[in-house]
Amino acid sequence: MPIEVLLVEDSPGDVRLTREAFREANGAIHLNVAYDGVEAMAFLRKTGKHVNAPRPDLILLDLNLPKMDGREVLAHIKDDESLRLIPTVILTTSDAEADIAKSYQLQANCYLSKPVQLDAFESLVKSINDFWLVKVKLPPQQAKS
Amino acid sequence: MNAYEEEANVMEVLLVEDSPGDVRLMQEAFRINQSIHLNVATDGVEAMAFLRRERLHARAPRPNIILLDLNLPKMDGREVLARIKADDRLRMIPIVILTTSEEESDVMRSYQLHANCYLTKPVQLDSFETCVRGISDFWLTKVKLPQQGQS
Repeated sequence: MPIEVLLVEDSPGDVRLTREAFREANGAIHLNVAYDGVEAMAFLRKTGKHVNAPRPDLILLDLNLPKMDGREVLAHIKDDESLRLIPTVILTTSDAEADIAKSYQLQANCYLSKPVQLDAFESLVKSINDFWLVKVKLPPQQAKS
Repeated sequence: MNAYEEEANVMEVLLVEDSPGDVRLMQEAFRINQSIHLNVATDGVEAMAFLRRERLHARAPRPNIILLDLNLPKMDGREVLARIKADDRLRMIPIVILTTSEEESDVMRSYQLHANCYLTKPVQLDSFETCVRGISDFWLTKVKLPQQGQS
């Protein structure tokens, strides 16, 4: 059973880097990508073309997204009885105090600033894997609907 | 703003843990990093008093992060978690559950109550040290924590 990660990210370059970094870190990860907030919600709610989407074990969420901003996606996830259990890690370029505070207020599981340098970025993705997908006890998967 | 809050560079950790041996291990693990200040509450009632700055904790710093055991005397960790996350002034503080319980019901319930993550305490000493180092590396060097804020 692969580990399902949902990456919500609009930059194709960052998607590619993240995909490669996860592949290096953990061969058992299947990375799903949503390029905007609307697609992210459709994936999570299994609507439209995402009707057969797997339930993610972990969500990596950028804040600045087209169509529906990451802050709104976070609020929707944490308001939803079935989705709120999925650990949601903010992974964004912003290190503004206001964004950090707001994300935690909305119950983001943790907040990470995307490093600019490649090796630092790879190292961070590896840390995400090592902590969230190896050490942490994730919530038990509920029965697929 | 009290004197503690002005020291923006110090990371305040609140450890809620009743086992003196585990407290000692954590103190040693965190001692290496000069910018971490470890505060300890040994039961749930003390934890809440610390967070609400009541009685002898009137000048307590607001923690940047909480490490919380579930099985505690006086007030159980599950109740502490629920109370913190129900409090508008406290709910943004990340809470790392660190407990011996591996019960699925405890894991589920903790996430339902918005625990930020759940870790099972290893029994063996070296694994425990590795686990604590892992928490420190991730949460205290990589993660952006909320600033200590409002009183």
